[in-house]
This record gives sequence, structure tokens and C-alpha cells, in this order.
Amino acid sequence: MKIHEYQAVELFKSAGLPVVNGRVATEIKEALVIAQETGYPVVLKSQVLVGGRGKAGGIKKVATKEELGEAFNVLKKLSIKGYPVEKILVVKAIDIKKEFYVAVTVDSGRDDVVLIASAEGGVDIEETAKMNPAAIKKFYLGGKNTIDLARWPAFISSIFPGSKHQQEGTKIFQGLIKVFFENDCSLAEINPLVVTGEGHLLAADAKVNFDDNALFRHEALEKMRDLTYEDADELEAKQSNLSFVKLEGNVGCIVNGAGLAMATMDIIKLSGGQPANFLDVGGSSNPEKVLSALKIILRNKQVKAILINIFGGITRCDDIAKGILAAREQINIPVPLVVRLTGTNEKEAKELLAKNEINTYSTMREAVNKVVELSK
Amino acid sequence: MSILVDQNTKLIVQGITGHDGSFHTQQMVAYGTNVVGGVTPGKGGQMVEGILVFNSVAEAKERTGANVAVIYVPAKFAKAAILEDIQAGLPLIICITEGLPVLDMVDVRRAMKNKPCRLVGPNCPGVISPGKSKVGIMPGHIHKPGPIGVVSRSGTLTYEVVYNLSLANIGQSSCVGLGGDPIIGTRFIDVLEMFLRDDETKGIVMVGEIGGQDEQIAAEFIKKEVVKRKPVVGFIAGRTAPPGKRMGHAGAIISSGDSTAEAKRKILQDAGVTVVDVPDEMPAIFKQKIK
Repeated sequence: MKIHEYQAVELFKSAGLPVVNGRVATEIKEALVIAQETGYPVVLKSQVLVGGRGKAGGIKKVATKEELGEAFNVLKKLSIKGYPVEKILVVKAIDIKKEFYVAVTVDSGRDDVVLIASAEGGVDIEETAKMNPAAIKKFYLGGKNTIDLARWPAFISSIFPGSKHQQEGTKIFQGLIKVFFENDCSLAEINPLVVTGEGHLLAADAKVNFDDNALFRHEALEKMRDLTYEDADELEAKQSNLSFVKLEGNVGCIVNGAGLAMATMDIIKLSGGQPANFLDVGGSSNPEKVLSALKIILRNKQVKAILINIFGGITRCDDIAKGILAAREQINIPVPLVVRLTGTNEKEAKELLAKNEINTYSTMREAVNKVVELSK
Repeated sequence: MSILVDQNTKLIVQGITGHDGSFHTQQMVAYGTNVVGGVTPGKGGQMVEGILVFNSVAEAKERTGANVAVIYVPAKFAKAAILEDIQAGLPLIICITEGLPVLDMVDVRRAMKNKPCRLVGPNCPGVISPGKSKVGIMPGHIHKPGPIGVVSRSGTLTYEVVYNLSLANIGQSSCVGLGGDPIIGTRFIDVLEMFLRDDETKGIVMVGEIGGQDEQIAAEFIKKEVVKRKPVVGFIAGRTAPPGKRMGHAGAIISSGDSTAEAKRKILQDAGVTVVDVPDEMPAIFKQKIK
């Protein structure tokens, strides 16, 4: 789960990190009040959960009330990568002497949490990783949620040359680590961390992502979710315990298991078709799930045929068959269904569907060929 | 031979009194797995599917001589369940549970350091050595004893592969589900090493997917050690997955150029793996390569 910069700034503040003075506004009059408090010039930062807002013109520096009003209106009309700008963070403009990149994240290959820092801040870290990998420094926490002080001086001095910034930098890392562990983050990033004209370190941006699997123990964080960024179908799927991702094609897919669901899409494409979605119904046999899945897929008017590909294990094929028949009773299915069932209770399922004039296939290849043919 | 589980496996089931735990205990017993006990704190003394339940892993281990634990407890209790196994000195822990927080797994991996125990999973279907022992949730009847070792990050896609092999009368030595999470206890390279040493395994199937670097790391090892001794056939799921989207599994997300399916296919091909487009192409390849 992603949150906005202004929300991340709040988390930073409560962990004692130095952040830029300012607040979020939805209307001009709020923005004017904030600007008056902080003093001009201020920077208006569009709050969107997609990258590249600077390039899209989503950040503006203004020196007067009049400029603020004008820029605020321009930003509010902006659409960044298809998303509207609803909130704008108003912060005091700062005099920047130098920019750094710092982040805390999980390195899954090392089973560990890693601090990442680079003296080349303000730019895309993946770019730096490609162009100048030596500029990126890493410090592994060794499974702990604190800094191992024995190894620390070498790391911190590799980023910040002066001892003053090393002390401030250490505090910033400690704060970032606190934010990361207290909220089960997958990423806590400051890009850029800046040296101001007065010579202090300051977080000029804030980015925090949470581990979806850990949200059950952070009810408060769930309230930060911005539903504008959640695909309505994906949200509904989640509520029905389905895993769904919409794609561009016209062959709807209902599959049990994530790996098989991906493989099904891949083989549809290889066979000349275009998958309309990824959909994993999961391991249970609840017939309701088939109904929810069909409803979500059929909302996409591009879909010309649907493939149901089930490898029964815990999922029983006859339960899926019952789900298909129940769904057909309850909703109109205007496109052909191609059903492949193999595994637990396959025979019963096929008999049941055959009685109701639904053809079934035993192999994935046959079923995929059929559904691709029907989608043309 | 076979790897990880066999006729000497003495299994305890953590979460045996739950919905999934009791169902799969019955399935495992029916397959012939030697289930010696169950564990649910506070429910010691009960019987589930004819199996005695204990209050703790330590007690269950002492009373039954268990050497493998399988975990079906809900995600929020799974870390504690794994740590209890490590503490009790279980040499093999197989965690089926899906949805563990990543930081819980960081803690688990730290606790396992330098301990004589191995974790398979979490978020995995388990391990089966056909005809000997089944520990997990896979449908036993599609498997068949034989010479192919199967290692996979997926569940039902593994069943698809196994089904195609068995249909062509090619059996399996052991099938290992690694799990779909970013941090897992056992990775491709660990299982490849085991299959390499296992005399019964004559060929290897590797089923990978988008996300992470495990296939790339395995490719180096395959190139150096495996392909000259045992043929490896691979499949990578997610060629049509859009970048940045989590595809069901927490670990299945394209976050960089080298975590795409095409990049993984290429690096495996370069390492000498025969990478197929459709799982049903695997049997013919093994028939040709293993006489």
C-alpha cells in the first residue's frame, strides 16, 4: 500500500525527522493561510501516488499570494498519468546546497533490511544504480532494528564528508529505521535529503510504502488509503478474496493459483489471443467466488470469451462446476465460456456441466486454443 | 532416495485443530504419511483424525520423536509457530501459511542463522516424495514415483507440470514448493543442490516466475554444476504480467528489468536449461534426454 507525501511527512515528524515546514491543502484559502504562516516563497507539490510529477508540471514555486492563487488553480486542473490532483502540499521553499538519497527497504535476496544511501540525490535511484553503481552505499541491519555501531562510522562517513552532517545523518537514519519498523514498511525513502543554506540536513520529500501482508496489525494505517488509486474492480475482487489485475485484451480468465493464472495468460498470448485479466480464485471451493469473478470480468465490455482453468487440489472441480451453474442462473453471461477442469472430483464436475450443455476440456492447451478461437 | 521427506518422516501438524489443518491431516494420513502428532496451544489431549494433539512443539517432539513439522496456523501466528520449531530443534519445518509479513520473515531468518534446521515456505504447497510421504496440500493422486525432481515457486502450476509428467508415465522423486513470498526459507539453489546429490533424481524441473533474483542465482549454479550431470527443464510464469503489479503472490512483481519473465528465461537458457513455452512440452524433452 502506498501513501501520499503529506501522510509520509506526518510519520516522519512523529519519528523526529527534520521535515520542511508546511501542510496539505485542498482549497486556495487553506493554502494562503499555510503560506502566510511559513512565509513566501513556498512550493506547491501535487499529491499523487504516481512517479514523475515534477516532469508533469505538478510542482510549482511561488513568491506571492497572487502567484499562489494562479498556480494552485493550474495544479488542481492537472491530471498526472490519468490521476487528478486533489490535495496540494504547501511547504516553505528551501535553499538547497546539496542533495542526497536515503532509504530503508527489504533486500529479499539477503533476507535482511538494508539502508541505502547515495550522495547523488534528487534523481531516480534506479538510474544511479545503472549509470554509477559505485555511488550507492548499502548498510545491512543484520536482522535487527537498530544500527550496529561498530560498522556504522565507515558507512556514514562514506556518504557525508563532514562530522556535523554525520551526526545529523545518523539521527535521520535512526528516525527512518523507526518509521520503517513501527509501521511494517516495505520502503521508507527520502529523495532528496538536502543540505540547506544554513548547513542543516532536511527531508525535502517523503515516500513510504507499507507491506500489505502486515496491515492486519496496523488498523490506523488502513485509514490512509486513497481509494482514488484503487481500481474499483481490483478492490471489489479483494473484498471477495480474489486476486485480480486488469489487462488490455479480450479473453477473460478465471484460474485457481497465482502461478497457473500467470501461465494461463502467457499461453493465451502465445496462442494468438490477448488476456483481459489476471484472476486467481484462490484455494477454496466456495461457489460464490466463481460468481464474483464472472461479475467482475463481465463488467469489461471488451471481453469476448472467458476461460475457466481449474487444477483441482484443495479446490474441488465439482464445487467450481456448481458455481458456474449457479452464476448462470443469477446473471446473464453473454459471452462463451470455455471450461477446463482437472484434478479432484473432475469426473463429477464434467458430468454436471455436460448435463447443462457446457463443454469441458481436460488439457490447458485444448482449452486455450478454443477460447482464443472464440475471441477472434 | 528422495529429498526432504520420505518413509522415515515423522510429522507433527501445527494448527491441526483448525479447518485447513484437520482436513489436510486427514489427506496426509490417507496418503500414507506418518503423522505422529498435532500441536494447538491449549488443546492438548484432544484427538483430530485419530491423531493426539499436544500443547507445544517441544512436548510433541519429545513424546513422538517427530522430525518434521508442517504449519497451517493463520498468518498472524505463523512466525511464533516457526520460532517454536526452531527452539525445539525440529530439523525440517514446512510452512503452508500464506500472508506472513515480510519483517516476520526477516526475524525468522535471523533466528535460523547457524541453527541445524531448514524451513520450506511460507506460502507454499509443501513437499511430496511420491509413494513415500506427502507433507502439505498438494493432491497426492496426480503424483507417481519416478526419476524427476520438481522444484517450483508455485502451487497449482506445479500440479499442472506433475500431471503432465505422470500422464506421460514419467514419475517424480520429490516435488518441492518453495512458496510465492519474497523471503522464503529454501530457494531454488538449495533444492538443486539436494537433487544433484540424490541418486534417484535423474532430471530436474524448475518452475519459476517474475520477481526477485532466485532464478538468476540458480542459473549460475546450474551452469557450473548441474547441467553436465542432470538435465534441467524450466518454465517461467508471468510473460504477460505488467510491471509494478503484484500478481497474486507477494513476491511475483516486476520491479526491475532483470526480474521479468523474458530476462529469467534467457539467463536459464544461457545456463543450459531447456526452457519450454507450455508445461505439456516437458515430458517429450525428458524422454529424449533420459534413457
